[in-house]
Amino acid sequence: MGEKSKGFFVTGDPLIYGADVAIIVTLLGIIIFLTVFKKWGWLWKEWFTTVDHKRIGIMYLVSSLLMLFRGGVDALLMRLQLAAPNTHFLTSQHYNEIFTTHGTIMILFMAMPFMFALFNIVIPLQIGARDVAYPFLNALSFWLFFFGALLFNLSFVVGGSPDAGWLSYPPLSEIAGSPGPGQNFYIWGIQISGIGSLATGINFLVTILKMRAPGMKLMKMPLFSWSVLSSCITIIFAFPVLTVTLALLFVDRYLGAHIFTADSGNPMMYVNLIWMWGHPEVYIVVLPAFGIYSEIVSTFSKKKIFGYKSMVFSMMIISILGYFTWVHHFFTMGAGADVNTFFAITTMAIGIPTGVKIFNWLFTMFRGRITISQPMLWTIAFIPCFVVGGATGVMLAIAPADYQYHNSYFLIAHFHQTLIGGVVFGYLAGLYYWWPKMFGFKLNERLGKWAFWTWNIGFYVCFMPQYALGFMGMTRRVYTYGWDMGWAPFNMVSTVGAFLMGIGFIFQAWQILYSIKNGEKDVTGDPWNGRTLEWSIPSPAPLYNFAVIPEVKHDDDWWETKKAMADSQYKKEPPQYEPIHMPKQSGIPFIMSACWFVVGFGFTFGWSYVGLAGLLGVGLCLLARSFQQETDYYIPVDEVRKTEASLGRVG
Amino acid sequence: MEENHGSTKLYVMGFVLSLILTVIPLWLVVQHVFAKGMLTIVITAIAVGQLLIQLFCFMHIKDGEKPRYHAIALVLGAVIVFTIVAGSIWIMTFNSQVH
Repeated sequence: MGEKSKGFFVTGDPLIYGADVAIIVTLLGIIIFLTVFKKWGWLWKEWFTTVDHKRIGIMYLVSSLLMLFRGGVDALLMRLQLAAPNTHFLTSQHYNEIFTTHGTIMILFMAMPFMFALFNIVIPLQIGARDVAYPFLNALSFWLFFFGALLFNLSFVVGGSPDAGWLSYPPLSEIAGSPGPGQNFYIWGIQISGIGSLATGINFLVTILKMRAPGMKLMKMPLFSWSVLSSCITIIFAFPVLTVTLALLFVDRYLGAHIFTADSGNPMMYVNLIWMWGHPEVYIVVLPAFGIYSEIVSTFSKKKIFGYKSMVFSMMIISILGYFTWVHHFFTMGAGADVNTFFAITTMAIGIPTGVKIFNWLFTMFRGRITISQPMLWTIAFIPCFVVGGATGVMLAIAPADYQYHNSYFLIAHFHQTLIGGVVFGYLAGLYYWWPKMFGFKLNERLGKWAFWTWNIGFYVCFMPQYALGFMGMTRRVYTYGWDMGWAPFNMVSTVGAFLMGIGFIFQAWQILYSIKNGEKDVTGDPWNGRTLEWSIPSPAPLYNFAVIPEVKHDDDWWETKKAMADSQYKKEPPQYEPIHMPKQSGIPFIMSACWFVVGFGFTFGWSYVGLAGLLGVGLCLLARSFQQETDYYIPVDEVRKTEASLGRVG
Repeated sequence: MEENHGSTKLYVMGFVLSLILTVIPLWLVVQHVFAKGMLTIVITAIAVGQLLIQLFCFMHIKDGEKPRYHAIALVLGAVIVFTIVAGSIWIMTFNSQVH
């Protein structure tokens, strides 16, 4: 923390003052806009108190794209600093803070909410449900994530950013190594959003198990739903470990315990525990991406997915086996040959189900009628990228060899290749695929292609040199290096690649803004000639999703229905509308999460009374909710009929 | 659609028992009643006891349902807990290069 931890506000660096000004200007702009156009009531009624899974999904999406921007700027600052030897663009302290926030934000505040956005938007529509199992809890999950992310990002302006790496290893993250509030921001930001993540995992597990449309047996369920199910199982088993580990770290910092301190505690136990969450976490984020690719490959090859059952089994195996590999993150701890061998083998074994999936995607495309649309582009780009990332992963899994690769840029290149090539490409593919379903229009194709190519070329230009840098001995988290190391050319190339990816992101922002005005409207509700239930309803879906809950008879049910409808013998029965049971909206999730924010903020600065007051607020919110009796209502038949007619679906 | 959500009596009993089983280990630690080895065993035993109480009083473990999600979840949970505990012991005792 150094001299910067003295005051409440972060001072010292012109970059930070610039950012402060930008934040204040943006905030003022938003407040003035909302006031002038009288939008406060609209914001509260339509968004802040909503329990509609589609709207919650959109809020997750907006937040995650904002976080992608912040995490991306962090990345570009790092790449600028490393572009040439002996650069004095960032100080070592500032560099430490930036790599910490980059990692934490990208995984916990970008990838996770992006994933939850797709869960929310797609799952109920895909399984033929009207909402998730616990709509109130769903809203609470979002607002907990939102306020957790807000708390974490606040460290940029007040108190000082955390600087002990994205997993915050002790003893550095203990009070002796990091005396300022930065680490507390890290702990509380993640804890608060972590409760939300766990609740979302439970929510979607129950939704998928209990709320599928009649006739949709588990083995008739679309693969994206299967991938979400497997991801949720992993969330439920992994996130409590994170919560407990960070709570113990906070006990050390706040109450002066010595669970993980270097003198009488055991810092390696922290490393052991945090990776029990950390490794399953990467499978949590990549499994839904696998589901997305499966949907897209099948839709745009106009074929049923190849090897459906093996896809299901491989995802379930990954979600369980992913729990048995965590030690490969610290082979060099020296746990001995037996331990390292065991975990090296489990790690390599994970490559098998993953390989099965790759072949299934390829065989689905084989002899298919492939349409190269934007979702398909990203899917095709993913396959070679992820194969290389997986192969370097197997190299890292060889425990003795890992002593060479550990903490080097080889590792950095590997995990960015799997996380960008696997997770980010997948979520972007999903975004392009389901965007018409969310908003009723397609994203512009030409700008999308520019974005695609700059992203992809940028990716390889950025990360391929980093494999070489790793072999040349460059370790992660160094903030500068000398000319004598010989790393300069590769680093310069890598920085150019990073900026290309940045340009790709700008293209995407431009693409979204452009398409809002000029995007091709989706009037059919089925712009891609889809195969699953979400394409059977209008885009965007009405509040109640399905006017009549569909009866599922086949896998790829909508595809089969369309085939039947094409038949001249097909007679459409007039729909029998019934009153639709819906959850009432509520302001409690927002207020309760705001109270959690007060709890986090208070304990971050050691103001226990503020923290306790926040907890009291949380308790009052729980109490208020438990006395609410009327939490649901019915949409009358007339209104359903009117809505359906206005959407061009006359029964 | 009436489902069994447990009785108030069961919840109160579970809550009180959980409180008792939380206070006992705290008291044992604060008062230094046992030596370290014994203390670890006693606290672990009490923790397992509390786990069982929560399963029975709060988690409706006895309420049957057709697809045996309970059984699957419990077996999986047991496997994961075993992995966490036994795995950590194994990994941390083999810390051979340091010592």
